[in-house]
Amino acid sequence: MARIIVVTSGKGGVGKTTTSASISTGLARRGHKTVVIDFDVGLRNLDLIMNCERRVVYDFVNVIQGEASLNQALIRDKRVDTLYILPTSQTREKEALTKEGVEKVINELSETFDYIICDSPAGIEHGAMMALYYADEAIVVTNPEVSSVRDSDRILGILQSKSRRAEMGQDPVKEHLLLTRYNPDRVNRGEMLSVADVEEILAIPLLGVIPESQVVLNSSNQGLPVILETESDAGQAYDDAVARLLGEEREQRFMTNQKKGFFSRMFKGG
Amino acid sequence: MSDTATSGVKHGFQLRSASVSMTALELYYFDDDEFEETLRQKINQAPGFFRDIPLIISLEKYEGLSTELDFFKIIGTCRRNNIHVIGVRGGNDDQRRLARGAALALMPGTGQRDRAHDADAAPEKAVELPVSPTPTAASKTTTDAPPARIISHPVRSGQQIHAPEGDLIILAPVQAGAEVLAAGNIHIYGPLRGRALAGIHGAESARIFCQSLEAELVSIAGHYKISEDLQDNGWRSAVQIQLKDDLLVVTPLDKA
Repeated sequence: MARIIVVTSGKGGVGKTTTSASISTGLARRGHKTVVIDFDVGLRNLDLIMNCERRVVYDFVNVIQGEASLNQALIRDKRVDTLYILPTSQTREKEALTKEGVEKVINELSETFDYIICDSPAGIEHGAMMALYYADEAIVVTNPEVSSVRDSDRILGILQSKSRRAEMGQDPVKEHLLLTRYNPDRVNRGEMLSVADVEEILAIPLLGVIPESQVVLNSSNQGLPVILETESDAGQAYDDAVARLLGEEREQRFMTNQKKGFFSRMFKGG
Repeated sequence: MSDTATSGVKHGFQLRSASVSMTALELYYFDDDEFEETLRQKINQAPGFFRDIPLIISLEKYEGLSTELDFFKIIGTCRRNNIHVIGVRGGNDDQRRLARGAALALMPGTGQRDRAHDADAAPEKAVELPVSPTPTAASKTTTDAPPARIISHPVRSGQQIHAPEGDLIILAPVQAGAEVLAAGNIHIYGPLRGRALAGIHGAESARIFCQSLEAELVSIAGHYKISEDLQDNGWRSAVQIQLKDDLLVVTPLDKA
C-alpha cells in the first residue's frame, strides 16, 4: 500500500508546490516509486516547477472523467526515473474533482507506487478538501507569521474531522509541521515568529525548517526542485525533511541564532 | 438547493438547519397524579432552569401501556408548570399516533429499535421493572449527574466542541478561532486562545478554568468578556473565571 501524503497549508503562497516538488523528488531519489499529483485545478503550477509543462498531454481531470488512462496522463521525470507527475487541468473547474473520481485514481496509483504526494490548492474549498480527504499523512506548510499559523491550525482541524480517516474512525492523519521561509535574523529582530513559538501554538511534530533563500526562487523559475540544489541551505533542509519523513533521526538545522521569539518580546517586554 | 441560490429572488424567510440542545423527559410509565408530583419536585430543585423550557417526551424506555399515555394530560400538567412540550422521541406506531393527535412533533428515536418488538423479545425485562416502582423515574435523573465530556486533542481554529449537558474537560489547547461550550464548567488543561462559553443554559455557578488565559472571549451564563477586557488581569496565566454579582471575575489559580 502506498503512503498518501497531502501537502497543505490553508494559506496561499507559503510554499506548498515548492515543497511537493522537493519532497517527491527527494523520496524518488532514495529509490521509492513516487507520484506527485497537482490538485490545484485551474491554477496549474506543479508542472512548471517540475519543468514538464511542455510534456503535458492529458491531465488529472481527463483521467477522472474517463477521457484518458492513467498511463497516458502520468509524466515521467527526466532527472529521477522513479518519479512521476500527474498534472492538473488549467481549463476546468475545481468541481471536476469528484470524491469517487479521486478515489479511483488514488486506488489505481496505490497499486504501483510507494508514495503519493498530493499538492493541495490554497484555501479550504473543494479542491483542498479533495487533496486531503484520502491522506494518511499531512505536511502542513507554515510561514513564521501569525496569519499563516492560524490557517494551518484551521487545516489541522479539518484533517482531524473531515478526512476519510476521521470519517471512518481510523487512526488520525499523521501531521508534520514544515516551517518555510524561515529567517533567523528576522526572528531575532522580533519580526517573525520563532520555531518554538509556532511549535507551541500548533502542537504538532516538526518535520523541518526551510530557510528563506534566493535559491528557492531561482530554482523554481528554472523548473528545478530546490532539493536538487544540493549545495544550498534550502536544498539540504528539504533533504533533511525527507530523511525524517522516512524515519531517520536528523538534528534540526537552519534555525540558529534564536534567542527570543516574537511572543516573548511582545509580552514579556524583552 | 440551486433554485433559491441562483434565482436571486429574496424570500420572506429562509429555512436553515439548526441544532438546539433540549431537555428530554424519559418516561417510564404514566400516572397522572404521580407525574405532576414528580415534575414539581424536579422543578423545585432548579426553578430558574425549568421555567419556559421546551421539552421532549422520550418514549424509548416507556414500559407502560400505550392506552395509558394521555398526551393531553401531560401537556396540560407541563403547561401549568411553565414547561412547553413540543414533541415526542421514539415510541411505537400507536404511541406516535396519539402524540400526533395531540399536535406534538415526532422525532426519531435514538435507539432505532421498536419498543414493542423489544418487549416481545425480552418479556422478563418488562416484568422485572414494576418490582422497583416509583423511585426509578425520580432517582434516575437526580443521582446520575450528566457525565463530563473529555477531549484530549487540540481544539483547532474553526472547530466547535459542545457539552450540552455537563462539564467539558479539555486536555489540550483551545486555539484561536475555536469555540468550546458547556452547560456546566469548562476545564482546559492548556492555553485557552479561542472562545469558551460555560453555563450556556443559564447555570450562573458554572466556571471556566484554564492554564493560560489568552482567550478571544469568555462567557458564563450569557455574561461575557472579550479579549480586550481580559488583558489587565491574569492574562497568559492560569486562572479561573466565575460570575459574582453579575460580573465576570478572573482569579489567578495560585491565589484561589
